[in-house]
Amino acid sequence: MLVTYFYNVGHRTISFFEDVGRASVTIFNAIFNKPEFVRGTARLIKQIYAVGVLSLLVILVSGFFIGMVLGLQGYTILSKFGADQALGELIALSMVRELGPVIGALLFAGRAGSALTAEIGLMKTTEQLSSMEMMGIDPLHRIIAPRFWAGQISLPILTLIFNAVAIIGGYLVGVVWLGVDDGAFWGNMQLSVDFREDVVNGIIKSTVFAAVISWIAVFQGVDSIPTSEGISRATTRTVVYSSLCILGLDFFLTAVMFRGT
Amino acid sequence: MKAESANIVEIRNLHFRRGAKVIFDGANLDIPRGKVTAIMGPSGCGKTTLLRLIGAQYAPDAGSILIDGKDITTMSKKELFHMRSHLGMLFQSGALFTDLSVFENVAFPLREHTNLPEKMIYDLVLMKLQAVGLRGAHTLMPQELSGGMARRVALARAIALDPDFIMYDEPFTGLDPISMGVLVQLIRLLNDALGITSILVSHDIHETIGIADHVYLISNGRVVGSGSPEDLMNSDDAWVRQFMQALPDGPVPFHYPAQSYADDLWGPQRC
Repeated sequence: MLVTYFYNVGHRTISFFEDVGRASVTIFNAIFNKPEFVRGTARLIKQIYAVGVLSLLVILVSGFFIGMVLGLQGYTILSKFGADQALGELIALSMVRELGPVIGALLFAGRAGSALTAEIGLMKTTEQLSSMEMMGIDPLHRIIAPRFWAGQISLPILTLIFNAVAIIGGYLVGVVWLGVDDGAFWGNMQLSVDFREDVVNGIIKSTVFAAVISWIAVFQGVDSIPTSEGISRATTRTVVYSSLCILGLDFFLTAVMFRGT
Repeated sequence: MKAESANIVEIRNLHFRRGAKVIFDGANLDIPRGKVTAIMGPSGCGKTTLLRLIGAQYAPDAGSILIDGKDITTMSKKELFHMRSHLGMLFQSGALFTDLSVFENVAFPLREHTNLPEKMIYDLVLMKLQAVGLRGAHTLMPQELSGGMARRVALARAIALDPDFIMYDEPFTGLDPISMGVLVQLIRLLNDALGITSILVSHDIHETIGIADHVYLISNGRVVGSGSPEDLMNSDDAWVRQFMQALPDGPVPFHYPAQSYADDLWGPQRC
């Protein structure tokens, strides 16, 4: 009984490291190759549209509502202490440091990460990857690389848009609806938000999250079992693994970036 | 100059297993140059696996696979991709790129492997589509094609780079009689007109022997019969006769192996 338990633990541990190793080699081979500027740029732009531009709506709507909720909740609490003029500071710092990168990344994993896995998985199921390989074209370079880089470029930009829209949502609720002073809202925000410490660190966070989500999404697609159930499981794994990695990494990044500030 | 071998593909002592299941157990095959060679056998005998082994998508456990005298099992990745650019493969599903139009699908290998001007690519693609009778469909998307049309577009794509040989994986499966007839004729015509070699994997006996010059029958990981279609139709071998004449019982039993019928009905395991 005990032997079986240790066997299972060992087996799973080895499988986990094997998966991580294969994923690393796959992505390394895919993204670090001789660049083709003309064709490569055209493919990249197409993928940025699919991964980034098509995720814009969900980012805009979510950002707007999160900003409004933050404005409402923040005002309710701050007004008890007569500090409602710090609402702009509260919303901006919360968004730029934490909520923007984390929620943006979670939404991106759900919208674009799952789509990437499903697309690549379906290409595998319908033998499109095999046919490309048989034409003498490496599917890793042709399919994986532009999708990975598109994710890497799109998420930090989407996060900045997410932050901006959330601040506008918070402004509408706090200033336009609840009557917080306009000048205090923007002035306190400008005083408290540091470009290097807050904005740049937020972008670094979203860049790290983008790499992790894109890596997981493309690998799960390539590694999926080519059946409908296999794709469904791979898609689920992308969202679950990405979400857990985002939340886990966020703690470490926050600890490194903002400890003591 | 080195003389061309009579065989474009030579397979010797091929061993391949997937998990515990042995797929090939010492198979030997020669694919003669310029001919249509059919590889037939029951479902699950490894016909498609053989094509993937020839295309080096799978690596054999032992044995050699020579294409034009070069052993593909020892090739580097770069050499493999170069070798593959000289072969075409028609997949069972067609495997068209669903985000590209018919025109772009056929143009795909030309764009990836050559630096031809756009005008020449346009002409070449229309010529390939004309050869399969689908020039008029070049603006359609793969979702708008029937199964037979999709396979003809895939065939046009497979011949886009004028390959030395083409492998067809179950090309007739699921086609209506007209589409099937068109494809049967195209395989033979393209083989003869382009002077290429064709490897045709199928278990549609009637259609396959109608166009094949040479047939291999595979079962249990080995070649169990080979020769011209006539030789195999007139074979005395019980297995070959059962397969070629589609007999329901013979060396391949009708019943899946089980304990005795009486034991199942009256034995202790009865519910």
